[in-house]
Amino acid sequence: MKVAVLRFPGTNCEFDTQYAFEKLGHTTELVWHEEDKLPSNIDLVVVPGGFSYGDYLRSGSIARFSPIMKAVTNYANNGGKVLGICNGFQILTEAGLLPGALKRNNNLHFISKHQNLCVINNDNAFLNKCKRGEVLNIPIAHADGNYYIDDEGFKKIEANGQILLRYSDDKGEPVVVNGSVTSIAGVCNDAKNVFGLMPHPERALEAILGSEDGVRMLEGFSA
Amino acid sequence: MTATVNVFLKDGVLDPQGKAAHHALDSLGFDGVADVRIGKQIIINLETNDKIKAEAQVKEMCETLLANTVIEDYSIEIN
Repeated sequence: MKVAVLRFPGTNCEFDTQYAFEKLGHTTELVWHEEDKLPSNIDLVVVPGGFSYGDYLRSGSIARFSPIMKAVTNYANNGGKVLGICNGFQILTEAGLLPGALKRNNNLHFISKHQNLCVINNDNAFLNKCKRGEVLNIPIAHADGNYYIDDEGFKKIEANGQILLRYSDDKGEPVVVNGSVTSIAGVCNDAKNVFGLMPHPERALEAILGSEDGVRMLEGFSA
Repeated sequence: MTATVNVFLKDGVLDPQGKAAHHALDSLGFDGVADVRIGKQIIINLETNDKIKAEAQVKEMCETLLANTVIEDYSIEIN
């Protein structure tokens, strides 16, 4: 599998993301935001975490107008798979490629810790290696991870199986972490080829560092 | 002309910063505070003197970039 990893001014998880996919046996290529084309023959685009454009105005709001995002939108609209992690999730919601929006955490804190997540839907290209109801332990690190969607939108994504992950306890019961609507930690689009989550699976690859649950998540794409 | 754009979270969308400031005002003994909302003010100097044109242009700026209409409302004042 060949993975394009985007890089904006202020991105800081691009090397971790490359390391993760290369550890899983894939090839990766960094793509600077000023490029207007994605590399050829790619199987996945990852929009990694960080603080693109210093999170000015709103997290992800400026990055989403970078030249490369036009190419990413075309790629996604033609069925290409796109994964946004943390700031990448924020960029994809700002770009309208994912439903909802990410607000400041309710407690106004930057939250950085290992967090249990419950797999809500696995009938998609991302979480097919995980079981429904399974609890994964993945680090989170964000200030603007408070997922908001209006009632009508919520009903749609719930009915269509677009809710991917919820913050949970070790038994899979939802817990309030940042104020997200029904504790949502990750969603996908209607067509299930664009995925976004606040937690960092690329930081959960080795048991010695606290968790290797990220491996099964990222391996889903190579199925 | 100068456009003054105010961007606020929509009614019904919890404003955690407003809530924290409200709590602090209560703690400081300021009575009768019913609600506090915190937003952003964006001031744009425009070259045009055509108010209608300016309004249309700033509205497009708000819809495109300055506000995220999933969670935010905006108001525009042109002087």
